[in-house]
Amino acid sequence: MNYEFGLWVFMLSAFLGFQLIRGVSPLLHTPLMSLTNAISAIAVVGAILITGAKDAPTLSLVLGFTAVLLATLNVVSGYLITDRMLKMFKKREPGKK
Amino acid sequence: MTQEVLNQTILPLLYMAAAAGFILAIKWMNSPATARRGVIVGEIGMLLAVVGTLLRFEVVNYQWILIAFFVGSAIGVPIAYIMPMTAVPQRTAFSHACGALASALIGTAEYYKSFSDGKELSTVVMIALVLETLLGFLTCTASLMAFGKLQEILPQRPITYKGQNFVNLGIFGAAAVIGIALIVSPGQMWLFPIFAALALIFGVLLIIPIGGADMPTVIALLNSYAGLSASAMGFALNNQLLIVAGALDGSSGFILSIIMCRAMNRSFTNVLFGAFGQLQVSAAKTEARPVRSASPEDAAQILDAARTVVVIPGYGMAVAQAQHKLREMFDLLTKRGVNVEFAIHPVAGRMPGHMNVLLAEADVPYDKLREMDDINPEMPMADVALIIGANDVVNPAAETDPKSPIAGMPIIQAYKAHTVMVIKRSMNPGFAGIDNDLYYMPNTLMLFGDAKSFVSSIVKELAAVGKAA
Repeated sequence: MNYEFGLWVFMLSAFLGFQLIRGVSPLLHTPLMSLTNAISAIAVVGAILITGAKDAPTLSLVLGFTAVLLATLNVVSGYLITDRMLKMFKKREPGKK
Repeated sequence: MTQEVLNQTILPLLYMAAAAGFILAIKWMNSPATARRGVIVGEIGMLLAVVGTLLRFEVVNYQWILIAFFVGSAIGVPIAYIMPMTAVPQRTAFSHACGALASALIGTAEYYKSFSDGKELSTVVMIALVLETLLGFLTCTASLMAFGKLQEILPQRPITYKGQNFVNLGIFGAAAVIGIALIVSPGQMWLFPIFAALALIFGVLLIIPIGGADMPTVIALLNSYAGLSASAMGFALNNQLLIVAGALDGSSGFILSIIMCRAMNRSFTNVLFGAFGQLQVSAAKTEARPVRSASPEDAAQILDAARTVVVIPGYGMAVAQAQHKLREMFDLLTKRGVNVEFAIHPVAGRMPGHMNVLLAEADVPYDKLREMDDINPEMPMADVALIIGANDVVNPAAETDPKSPIAGMPIIQAYKAHTVMVIKRSMNPGFAGIDNDLYYMPNTLMLFGDAKSFVSSIVKELAAVGKAA
């Protein structure tokens, strides 16, 4: 494992994250949090690798299965609710009044 | 052999595309016009990541994965559609708990699996696993506690006892020591359950002394921890996508919690260990001072006569579900030529941006939702400041009384408006337990009652005046 490379990736992504988030208006902080929450469920990748491995021991299977389930729940509800929230942000529609 | 080629050439590209999707998703969140597109690229990114993982040659058993996908979606989809918007902070806390637990469980599985595989755990991998499980487990219980407080299953007031910080520090110290022991000698398998238990307990203890008003900071911080845990998993699994996605999430949550702390003029340590929100001693000096109160009719007349009205909502608006009635009032006043704007304090509500979501749900156009720094210079020009369920965020003591517990906290300067109207149930002090001088000012009118029913009385009055005219 090349941990030095990993740390470089981490450092650069963290700075990129800082820059991106600063650009987000407070108006959208709640959907933003809901979106990043869904993204953090990327843990599903690790969960799949554990659960789908050849001859996975029972413990791995149980923990992995639970993890895939929880992460899926997180991803699905996270993205859907973010979209539901964003749909509500409207400017004044010209024809409405 | 083709599997080998696939694993080494195409799948890493899928991961890279997924990471790019996440970056774009966050970038497009900077404006409501592009934000929904952001969600779509985020979804595509996640799909690519999942497909890219399923195709790897290490993954051979699909049945459990597919069942878990199915069950997870079957629970997640209804939650996303049925849940009312007022419950967004709770849902976010719950979701943090799920994500963090998933991450912690994977770390645990990795740890035990290495023994059944007969693989040696290197120090680097062990450090990553310890961080992953520590952050994962503590974020899980902490988020569940936050969920309980937001859902009002648990008391919102902070629970404190003597020596609390010592106990917390002791537990965390013990977890850290065992974590280091595990890094040094990974073979001591009996240490792992103790380590996990300590992390779980620490998560609970961390949130117990934190009051409801500090939830915006805490939720943001937990968001950050969940991300960092995923990032640590990336180090353990040697997976760059996890490192990138986790770091994006970690920095996002971190920045948001800094913004929240600044908006309260408090430090991290103060939020986490200060047990703010207890009834302050200074509250004892509160004497009964005269206030002026007004009826819905009076309020409607004043609003009708105004040119500019600034509405300042707080958590009370969310509790009373007054946002829809507020929008009706907004519509009536706008129709009559009154300029109505909403001033949103960064920490109003229970999570960052909470008020914006509720008002957007009620169909208030988002260009009418103004940030604190943006609207404060215009406050002296406002004819009416209408405060609904907000208290500390408009308390002038933050600017005038250096001894106040909220001294230095930036506030929305409602007191500068010509007339201040405050809808409030009673004269009880707000969450921080601090008396608010705003209520006793000569140009302040107190509107006593439930936020929703009071606004709906105002709406009725306005509608009646409109018909008569």
